[in-house]
Amino acid sequence: MNKKSFGSRVVAAPYIVWAAIFIIVPLLIMAYFAFTDANGVFSLENFTQIGRFKKAFGLSIFYAIIATIITLLLSYPMAYYMTKLKISSQRMIMMLIMLPMWMNFLIRTYSWITILANTGLINKFLDFLGIGRLQLINTPGAVILGMVYDFIPYMILPIYTAMSKIDNSLLEAASDLGSNSLSRIRRVIMPLSLPGVISGITMVFVPSVSTFYISQKLGGNKDMLIGDAIEYLFNTGPHYYNIASTLSLILMILILICTLIMNRFSDDEEAVVV
Amino acid sequence: MLKKLLPLILCLILCMSLCCCGYEYFELNLEGVYTREFEGTELNVYNWGEYISDGSEGCMDVNREFERLTGIKVNYTTFESNETMYSQLKNGGVSYDIIIPSDYMIARLKSENMLAKIDTASLSNYHYIDDSYKGLFFDETQEYTVPYNVGMVGIIYNSALIKEPEHSWKALWDKKYENMSLNFNNPRDGFMTAQKLLGYSVNSTNLDEWNEACELLKDGKDVLQSYVMDEIYGKLETGEAAIGPYYAGDYLVMYDVNEDLRFFYPEEGTNIFIDSVCIPKCVKNYEAAMLYINFLLEPDIALANAEYIGYASPHNAVINNPDYCYYQNEILYPNQEDMPYVEYYHDIPENVRMHYEDLWLDLKLY
Repeated sequence: MNKKSFGSRVVAAPYIVWAAIFIIVPLLIMAYFAFTDANGVFSLENFTQIGRFKKAFGLSIFYAIIATIITLLLSYPMAYYMTKLKISSQRMIMMLIMLPMWMNFLIRTYSWITILANTGLINKFLDFLGIGRLQLINTPGAVILGMVYDFIPYMILPIYTAMSKIDNSLLEAASDLGSNSLSRIRRVIMPLSLPGVISGITMVFVPSVSTFYISQKLGGNKDMLIGDAIEYLFNTGPHYYNIASTLSLILMILILICTLIMNRFSDDEEAVVV
Repeated sequence: MLKKLLPLILCLILCMSLCCCGYEYFELNLEGVYTREFEGTELNVYNWGEYISDGSEGCMDVNREFERLTGIKVNYTTFESNETMYSQLKNGGVSYDIIIPSDYMIARLKSENMLAKIDTASLSNYHYIDDSYKGLFFDETQEYTVPYNVGMVGIIYNSALIKEPEHSWKALWDKKYENMSLNFNNPRDGFMTAQKLLGYSVNSTNLDEWNEACELLKDGKDVLQSYVMDEIYGKLETGEAAIGPYYAGDYLVMYDVNEDLRFFYPEEGTNIFIDSVCIPKCVKNYEAAMLYINFLLEPDIALANAEYIGYASPHNAVINNPDYCYYQNEILYPNQEDMPYVEYYHDIPENVRMHYEDLWLDLKLY
């Protein structure tokens, strides 16, 4: 539909204005800060400081990749299983998946402290069994767990949507042509659900790599992820806005590159656009 | 029909039970005069977290009492560090009528011309402030501040989990307490623990001394469980962590929850601070702000705050009140001979400040 009617433009106008003010303008401001120094003069000096943040970048990307893989491994079978259920059960499970998202994610993250803490629920139970405590909180594992828990709905939902759209007659045709159930999953379901997977990976990886707070609360606040570093810089004062903007810009470019790579995997029309 | 209405009714009941868990107003003996001429206006108060008696557990809700008295609506927001407060204020776009920063931040705000003068002569309760807290380095002419609380930093430990440590900052670096010790999650206080251990001034302008303190903090990072601010309450109270530095007043509040907790002032000396009420230049409702300050200075209100917050009070009617729950408390009001060596934070030159902010980032990125 290349020809846009006047009506459709009017309908879209509020959102376009919204997007311009709250997405485009902030991006331009960020870019401006990233390429200037504290006096507002053009400078690339911020980019020379990036080396200091390589551990933070590395950790963020590493944690995000692990978290994305785990969410994918958990979500894919779950989504498949869901499509096999009665419609009413599907709706029920869908609601259960969405339910935690009705709560603020800061609170959900905070509640993991009481579960994982040295004196938390799990360790109290282990104490009770006489097994002794495990170091759960303040570990990379806890941070990744936090990411998986917070972002898993963003993986299940697109995969589930893609799978439930698969026409049942395709599966029947595959069976008629001699596929067993395993090869049906491999040759029919997997390729057709790929757009959902790609979309899910992007929607989990992007918030994971840029997250802050989770690492502060569950990771002991000792090693900064890149989101934490940006938060610290912005909170410390205006003289850090430039370097913080540079970090944000680089993070965005990294995310953009990842998204483009992911999109190459699916030549489907429904490829994600971020 | 009923089936459809039922959820609605349940929701209503829930809302009502949330709204109406009754707060009973106190009977106040007020000395100042509080007009209602500013009724309907708003007052934006920006204060530290857990830093006013807020009506929990039957204590007084100071803001609600003020609202009832004057009809002024109090918009109360909190900050976690002086630096956060500063950057909020500096960024603009916010409007506060009352802020309660610490000494060194007051000096900085004053030097950057961000504070409005307070006419103390028109505050009928101002005479209660002890003279020893007036005219200090951050406000020598006493024109911009009204002291609110005084505090000192010490080390809190859980006597059920560890034996009494040597009274030194060294405890925070001690491998015995690996994964059980905490430290401050703000640069100034965090560096203070290392600077005191090294015997340096917390106001040093020698960058090498700051670098050395940073190296020391990096050495201690592996031993620490985490860097915290107010989360230290839960961590020490539940035994999640065994030892950590915090403000003396907060120790008393934690002790109410867990009586195994103990407190000492490290022998190398520590930091003392005064948080004072100020009016920022961006004030919109100056008259109401003055009423609020005078209200905070009411003996009844000051007592409620002092008992809730647990910090030492600069208010003579509180200090000399035998009914005050921390009356002559030896941690808050130590005798001359038990008084640790203390140092105030001063506003230090910008290059030093930016240096230590950078070092703190390095410590976290390390």
